[in-house]
Amino acid sequence: MRIVGIIIFWLAMVVFLYGTRRSRNVAFWPLLALACLLLFNLFFTQQFYRLELREGSFFGIPVPQLYGVPIDILNHASKVGILAIGMTLVIAVGGIDLSVGAVMAIAGAMMATLSVQLGVSPAACIAAALAAGLAAGMWNGFLVAVMGIPPMVATLILMVAGRGVAQLVTDGQIIIFNNPILTSIGNAFLLVPVPFLLMLLMLIATWITTRGTALGFLIEAVGDNEVASSRAGVSARTLKFLVYVFCGFCSAVAGLVQTSNIRSADANNIGLTLELDAIMAVVIGGTAMTGGRFYLASSVAGALLIQALTTTMYAKDVSPVVAPVPKALVILAVCLLQSERVRRLFIGRRGTA
Amino acid sequence: MSGETLLEMRGINKTFPGVQALKNVNFALRRGQIHALMGENGAGKSTLIKVLTGVHPGDGGAMSVEGKAIAPASPREAESCGISTVYQEVNLIPHLTVRENICLGREDRFAGIIRWGRVWKRARKALDRLDLKFRINLDAQLSDCSIAVQQMVAIARALDIDARILILDEPTSSLDEAEAEELFRIMRNLREQGMGIVFVTHFLDQVYRVSDTITVLRNGELVGEFPAASLPRLELVSKMVGKNVDEVKKLEKRVAVTTASGRKTVVSARRLGRKGSINPIDFDLKEGEVTGLAGLLGSGRSEIANLLFGVDAADSGEMEIDGRKARPESPAMAMRFGFAMLTEDRKFSGIIPNLSLRENIILAMQAKLGPWRKIPPRKANEIADQFIKALDIKTPSREQQLKNLSGGNQQKVIIARWLAVHPRLLILDEPTRGIDVGARAEIEELIQKLREEGMSLLLISSELDEVVRNSSRVIVLRDREKIAELSGDNLSEQNILHVIASQATEDAVKEAVQ
Repeated sequence: MRIVGIIIFWLAMVVFLYGTRRSRNVAFWPLLALACLLLFNLFFTQQFYRLELREGSFFGIPVPQLYGVPIDILNHASKVGILAIGMTLVIAVGGIDLSVGAVMAIAGAMMATLSVQLGVSPAACIAAALAAGLAAGMWNGFLVAVMGIPPMVATLILMVAGRGVAQLVTDGQIIIFNNPILTSIGNAFLLVPVPFLLMLLMLIATWITTRGTALGFLIEAVGDNEVASSRAGVSARTLKFLVYVFCGFCSAVAGLVQTSNIRSADANNIGLTLELDAIMAVVIGGTAMTGGRFYLASSVAGALLIQALTTTMYAKDVSPVVAPVPKALVILAVCLLQSERVRRLFIGRRGTA
Repeated sequence: MSGETLLEMRGINKTFPGVQALKNVNFALRRGQIHALMGENGAGKSTLIKVLTGVHPGDGGAMSVEGKAIAPASPREAESCGISTVYQEVNLIPHLTVRENICLGREDRFAGIIRWGRVWKRARKALDRLDLKFRINLDAQLSDCSIAVQQMVAIARALDIDARILILDEPTSSLDEAEAEELFRIMRNLREQGMGIVFVTHFLDQVYRVSDTITVLRNGELVGEFPAASLPRLELVSKMVGKNVDEVKKLEKRVAVTTASGRKTVVSARRLGRKGSINPIDFDLKEGEVTGLAGLLGSGRSEIANLLFGVDAADSGEMEIDGRKARPESPAMAMRFGFAMLTEDRKFSGIIPNLSLRENIILAMQAKLGPWRKIPPRKANEIADQFIKALDIKTPSREQQLKNLSGGNQQKVIIARWLAVHPRLLILDEPTRGIDVGARAEIEELIQKLREEGMSLLLISSELDEVVRNSSRVIVLRDREKIAELSGDNLSEQNILHVIASQATEDAVKEAVQ
């Protein structure tokens, strides 16, 4: 019954969305879907919005922290959100990075192994994990930008090999750690969860570096027409390389968050299939897979929407076996709404040529 | 010569956001007629063709073929009504073979399996109908063929569907003289067979060479339909630009060119070459001088430009820039020497289609500054507005996506992109391709203005009159080699053709001279 209710609700919402006039802002659609979902929960999910203030600790210092379902959503959306930031830029230059999940595993394995088996200081462990992410990004960037291998194939290599590398680092073991600093990254609260703050920080930093400088503009130009851009003097290859390196870095951060959150490095499962969620978040956010214009905040909104959907399914006791179906339907609706052709059908307005 | 009416379009309207592209336009095509469609940039020629071929649905009006009303919603539907189109940019599939391209989408099948034997025969038959002087290898990959051959293949494709109406949208803009002449022969042939041909072009000479009737559009409105024989050239131009005849005469006047002696040399190339693209060549480019590059298609014109701008690396010879040895290895490096290049293929290597006019204009400037020194938004707006005004770019706003502008306006935007970096050497590869008379005159005027300001220009064009009119010195190329350098009194279209023809073995060129 509940599933039927959810599906009916979403159909109603989609009809409502069709009726609205088109919006220029791409972030509008994922945010609207998110708002509707939250509204739905307000009426149909008991205790969805019950927040509690509890005593918590932040690296040993007592700090109040919030508990509740919405906070859970923020917490769990941050991994995909961080990945989506890097992925947005990669997709903007007309590429794709399938290796982000595997790179997460490598970063987690590095951090745990160094800390547990070699007793390295937490700061050095984190630095090494991030360096591993950068190195993985350089490898991808080298294959795509220098060797000219199609991005799908180039990053597939690391997607497959990366987990092997992670296994090699952990020697096939699941490494459990309980260093208070390392476990804090994914578990600490500063009123809201630290991973969420990390995601916000990365979003703002990335936004400033791309939009405050001309990097974003040049990335969009390369993504839209690479040949014309390089003829206009844009160093397309360097930009492409850098974007993959940055995506590797984002993957490492996401890997640290997840590893820290579960307090163990599980090379087989960290970041598994998250590359697909990240790509989906970017697509929901309105960045075209063909490259060009990109929307960072909108991608993060996409990640939040995906997580809100997942959490809602849990809250409504939808069996995890069928949960992906309504989730897919909502995502389909958002993507259709972004398509100019579909919108034109319903709005009855002729678009540009 | 004209038979019964084949195609009739009545009261066609088409609106794009912010622009009324067509206003109540009528058009009629008769059997066995070559009907030229003329007009400036944004006059509505391409839009009319697109409405006719179902690319854009019209907002009003009626169309009929042989008296039967039609309303094609896609190019495929238009094809089934007997209307076939060869577009300005050949839109075939580059990685398929010639024969696959001719029959694509209409392969003979038996139980779902393509019968290649029949496809082969059909392709051969369609090409035979063209009665070409040379043989096209049906198994060649299309991207390996010259643009002229690709064009012929596109026409053969049209013949394969037994089209009664053939639309040629700027078919000659990528062809050299001899190839264009070959195309005209084919067009006349098809006219004899009773086909109706709509010929969209910017080349006035060509219109008079093949057309029976001329329809002129201006600003989306019909100016009129005229028999070609009774419409003097000058009057046609004045109808297109909407100015009176005297004003047009001024535009047509040959620009006085000064010979540049004792001017500073910007670039000096000695034995500069690249295997497989251009044989070692010597030339100098001077400040305040326009140097023309003339030659047939494939003679190495664009290849020289690519070497200069660092698109391709030279593998022999030397280059001196301002007296110092240097060789650009990338466009970015060439830009640091003060070079700029308007590329030949606007769609492929010129425009950034989904970005705004403003972004397209500041692109080269920003690339030169590097990613960290962002041009402040206010300054970017100023620069964009300044060029939109100076070059008279027709657009609703500077935030308009470039893909929504007409070809001529796109070209102006790319010229603006280069003028914004204040180059010392501006390489113009086919600057007026696919551009109407008005914009063309404006660009030619601009070339002279830049020359007077002391810029060095390298002009490449397949239209000899354009090269001769604008250059003080012309380097003539044939088969990837420099065969002459003409200047002063020696510089004339006849002489250039003579030089090319004197050593050429093909008779085709002689035909072009006539």
